[in-house]
Amino acid sequence: MGTFALAYLSAGIGAGLIVIGAAYGIGKLAAATMEATGRQPEVAGQVRTAMIIAAALIEGATFFGLAICIILATLK
Amino acid sequence: MIDTTVFADTTRQAVERVADTSSAAVADSLARHGGGFEFGHLLDHMKNSQELELPWGSIELPHFQPVHVGDWIIDLSISKHVFFLLVAAIILAVLAIYAARRSRKSIVPTGVGNLFEVFLVFLRDEVALPNMGPGGLKYLPFLLTLFFFILIMNLLGLVPYGATSTSNISVTGALALIAFIMIQVAAIRAQGVKQYIAHLTGGVHWALWPIMIPVEILGLFTKPFALCMRLFANMKGGHIVLLALIGLVLLFRSAILAPLPVLFGVGVLMLELFVAFLQAYIFVMLTSLFMGFGMETEHSEEHAEQAH
Repeated sequence: MGTFALAYLSAGIGAGLIVIGAAYGIGKLAAATMEATGRQPEVAGQVRTAMIIAAALIEGATFFGLAICIILATLK
Repeated sequence: MIDTTVFADTTRQAVERVADTSSAAVADSLARHGGGFEFGHLLDHMKNSQELELPWGSIELPHFQPVHVGDWIIDLSISKHVFFLLVAAIILAVLAIYAARRSRKSIVPTGVGNLFEVFLVFLRDEVALPNMGPGGLKYLPFLLTLFFFILIMNLLGLVPYGATSTSNISVTGALALIAFIMIQVAAIRAQGVKQYIAHLTGGVHWALWPIMIPVEILGLFTKPFALCMRLFANMKGGHIVLLALIGLVLLFRSAILAPLPVLFGVGVLMLELFVAFLQAYIFVMLTSLFMGFGMETEHSEEHAEQAH
């Protein structure tokens, strides 16, 4: 395969893996949040805030990999 | 330090490449149905350009001659993103000074001052004080300015004929640089220069210092770099998703299927609105967290000494 074909392929596979990792992490996060809310509904607000922050941090890591995939796919 | 021109160049090349491949993808469909609204016009909304788009046409923004400083070429001409940086700064200054003046008359603020107070009290009680302790109050103006500046820049991209300055990696790189400087300033002012450098060694045996100190210095830079990339990619990604959805309208070229991508686009716009607020908050919260890390080690050392 040519170099460009390999670059496009790796960008695509990389993007897929990134989405798997991010969705798995945020899914576990959401599950923990719902469980905590079910156990103790009074702290639902605080737990929700912490969940949003953790989700944003996980997405931050996601976007690193995504930026590398974009560079792989579009660099001449 | 990262070379932001390389990043800006790479981003520009990346966006151009996306533009080329996407235009090629719709080229045959466009050739069949004639010209009119082009995909390239959509992409220009995301790219940085020297023109400002207005409803009745576009005006050319001023070009300045590039300044040669040694090896670097600094181009200070006002581009679209720089223009919206200035617009955000002016909006923030006008709003904040007006709100402060109005609130001076009574204890309870009204109008715009009330809106500012919501964010102000939240940032003071949930972000500055828990992370930095009582000494964090002197950094509160910096955190508030950072928050509102990033928020207004993010929101300006959602307005028609507006552009997101924070979707430019140079802008987020500059914000991360300011955050980096303030983190070191907070650490040095709380601990003193000697303690600050001592923390760079990490408390290991002096034989390990040649390994430890470069690693610690690198660790100093990764946190603001993460801030920069997080904000940039979130803002850019929102617009790319919107672009892909609206491009679907161009691809289908049918009036019956057109409302569906537009509906999805509205959903994505609402998500982008939420992300604008969230990313501004995350940036400020992480900056205050890192400043708090630099400030707190002094107190824990004092407590350890008092325990003896």
